[in-house]
Amino acid sequence: MSGSKRSDMPARTRKHEGATGRKVLLMGCVRGGVGLAMVLAVAVGLHAQVSFDRILRGSTEPQNWLTHSGDVKSQRYSPLTEITAANVRNLELRWVFQAQSLEKFEATPLVVDGIMYTVQAPNDLVALDAATGRVFWTYPYSPSTQARPCCGRVNRGVAILGNTVFMGTLDGHLLAVDAKTGGLVWNVPVGGARPEAGYGFTLAPLVVKDKVIVGSVGGEFGIRGFIAAIDARTGKEAWRFNTIAGPGERGNETWSGNSWQTGGGSIWVTGSYDPDLNLTYWGVGNPGPDWNGDRRAGDNLYSESVVALDADTGQLKWHFQFTPHDEFDYDSTQIPVLADIQFEGRPRKAMLWANRNGMLYVLDRTTGQFLLGKPFVKVNWHGGLDGKGRPTKVLAPTAEGTLIYPGNQGGTNWYSPSYSPRTGLFYIPSWMDTFSTYIKRPVEFTEGQRFTGAAPLMPIRMVQAGAMLNRRLPEEGYGAVQAFDPKTGEKKWEYKMTDVTDSGVLSTASDLVFSGGREGYFFALDAATGALLWRASVGAPVSAGPMSFAIGGRQHVAITAGSSLFVYALRQ
Amino acid sequence: MNARIGVLALLTVLASGALLAQQGKYLPGEIEGGGRLYQANCTGCHGPEGDGVAAVNFSNGRFRRASSDEDLLRIIITGIPGTPMPPGNFSGSQASTIVAYLRSMAAGGGANASGDAARGRLIFEGKGQCQSCHAVAGVGSRLAPGLTEIGAFRRVVEIRTSLIEPDAEIRPENRTVRAVTRDGATITGRLLNQDTFTLQLLDAQEQLRLLEKSNLREFSLLKTSPMPSYRDKLSAPELADLVGYLASLRGRP
Repeated sequence: MSGSKRSDMPARTRKHEGATGRKVLLMGCVRGGVGLAMVLAVAVGLHAQVSFDRILRGSTEPQNWLTHSGDVKSQRYSPLTEITAANVRNLELRWVFQAQSLEKFEATPLVVDGIMYTVQAPNDLVALDAATGRVFWTYPYSPSTQARPCCGRVNRGVAILGNTVFMGTLDGHLLAVDAKTGGLVWNVPVGGARPEAGYGFTLAPLVVKDKVIVGSVGGEFGIRGFIAAIDARTGKEAWRFNTIAGPGERGNETWSGNSWQTGGGSIWVTGSYDPDLNLTYWGVGNPGPDWNGDRRAGDNLYSESVVALDADTGQLKWHFQFTPHDEFDYDSTQIPVLADIQFEGRPRKAMLWANRNGMLYVLDRTTGQFLLGKPFVKVNWHGGLDGKGRPTKVLAPTAEGTLIYPGNQGGTNWYSPSYSPRTGLFYIPSWMDTFSTYIKRPVEFTEGQRFTGAAPLMPIRMVQAGAMLNRRLPEEGYGAVQAFDPKTGEKKWEYKMTDVTDSGVLSTASDLVFSGGREGYFFALDAATGALLWRASVGAPVSAGPMSFAIGGRQHVAITAGSSLFVYALRQ
Repeated sequence: MNARIGVLALLTVLASGALLAQQGKYLPGEIEGGGRLYQANCTGCHGPEGDGVAAVNFSNGRFRRASSDEDLLRIIITGIPGTPMPPGNFSGSQASTIVAYLRSMAAGGGANASGDAARGRLIFEGKGQCQSCHAVAGVGSRLAPGLTEIGAFRRVVEIRTSLIEPDAEIRPENRTVRAVTRDGATITGRLLNQDTFTLQLLDAQEQLRLLEKSNLREFSLLKTSPMPSYRDKLSAPELADLVGYLASLRGRP
């Protein structure tokens, strides 16, 4: 499905490009000193190429959404302001894209100059017209049947650099696809790609400079996890960081015996990047086996940690471990949110992190220093954090079962949070008062087989693509979007839902917060108060993050639910 | 390796085997979860009492090819080639809950219905007034769970417990909601679904209704069953007959 589509590009798309070109031209004139011909040349170049400089300065072209979380700081914040508290009630559905897939639609689309790129699960890359939803091309990819993702054959989106779109696949390949034709540029098995052993990709890759960074899933199968940077041009591996420290690597002493060999440490979601520090940040998943830590005595680095890596070399600069020697499956599978805030009276380059373990953390992202840690949901597994943020564990799984808050799905999970630099608030998709009974059972390792040590029992099912019934008692837990002030850890508001949520959160420069939930609503809240301003029924659980883009100056908001993508704009 | 070490190693293996064999301790939640999987996937051949396949009876702990939990786990996942027992589409943890349920069946003992189903039917339709809430083959009310196939899914011991202690276990799909509207009217029914803004239920008039929470003064999910206990309403023989009737309900002929 490639190779001859260039001539199919409709007039509409060229019009979009023209509109953006005029904007760039205007900016060039305002800045002055730039010749008209040169500006035009630059403008044409911009449309042909998504340079990393464009991605870094994405907020100057808010009509586009050039990287998974909107910008490399992963704030999932849109500078667009057309949709406001006053008019949000006039949002209407503009178009729907129905995937040929019954999997959960977890991808956040990218939008580049009127073209949307997303993934139909598991691994069909799709380019659509962002104004109408009409499909330009599809690059279909069928991952190996050997792939064994723990929790759905899903994909969370793509990255773009230059004229190339990058997609990680369920069977551990990274694909480079021509953004205009849908033709394959290269396809590399990252690190050899061993899907039969549990390796694979579900995340949207992160582009930093000339590299595409990915990390593998497989923590339920006893993999040894990694983060790898791939040369965007050649597909060759530039560097690799092992998320589980092996012999000769710092941290290996936190694994008893050879337990590091099956130590897990998945990467489920996209990392972040600070261009001033040249550090890229990634959250690392659970140690293996998940629920029985007997065979892996020690802290088990770098499971359940955030690692700060030199973006050029992959060298570890610092790490912070949220849950040492985890036995609750508290993956640190959250997107690191980078925010520059005032903390204790002075400006800090901070990192905001609501962890699956139920705790909200504020770290200094230059050094990894622990600044603040408070529960954002009910937590009973530890007795407090020490001055360095290390928890004092008081409970563990047992053969008889131990009741733990938060439950196995955590206080939050992979769903994208958001930070608004306008309100200064951190918005967290939350599972409130949820619990699991953790059971410990013996476990032996067999490659390709589940390596977990018994499953926790929980009254709430994992999400599925279709509509779900909710007959739960209130005391079995509920969902919420919560707003916290990262300067103090103080909760500002909570928007309650009867059912839990697998939806990310988007905040906007017009002080709106968009999110959804398992109930099948997509809604807008007042970013300052949490008041519900608008809602639409999308008919199935939302299990992705909202994003926003504009075409011809008209702001749109996109969300997936079930196996479809919905795009809204104001009624005209 | 000298002989002494060899014996020690053998003893260690035997000891660990014995340890595994003792792992009959399963949690109520595991047993319940396994029971649901069993009812959905296994009763078609094995029956609710686990005695549907010749020479196998889960209620008596009688297996043809398995003795340890590990044996059962393996068979549930991989099936038995050359027999009608197929590989199950279960994760290891799901399969282990089925093992938990199988073990609980044996621990509960084989409980065959001893009552007379024909007499039990008369009680069901008469003195017991069961049809005022339950339906069998389309006869009766829809307010409570339909019982047309109850004998195909629930064990005799479970049916008896439900009759004697209705509040002991109320499954989420059988919860009752009580709502009071702003004008003071009370509505009760089976909770079918709910969200932040609405309740969906089957009300006492057997009408499907959606209630906007904003129009309600209050609402709550009841933690007790609307069904009375039959412990004192029926004699022991009558109860046995009623259980016998319900256990005989295996769907429409």
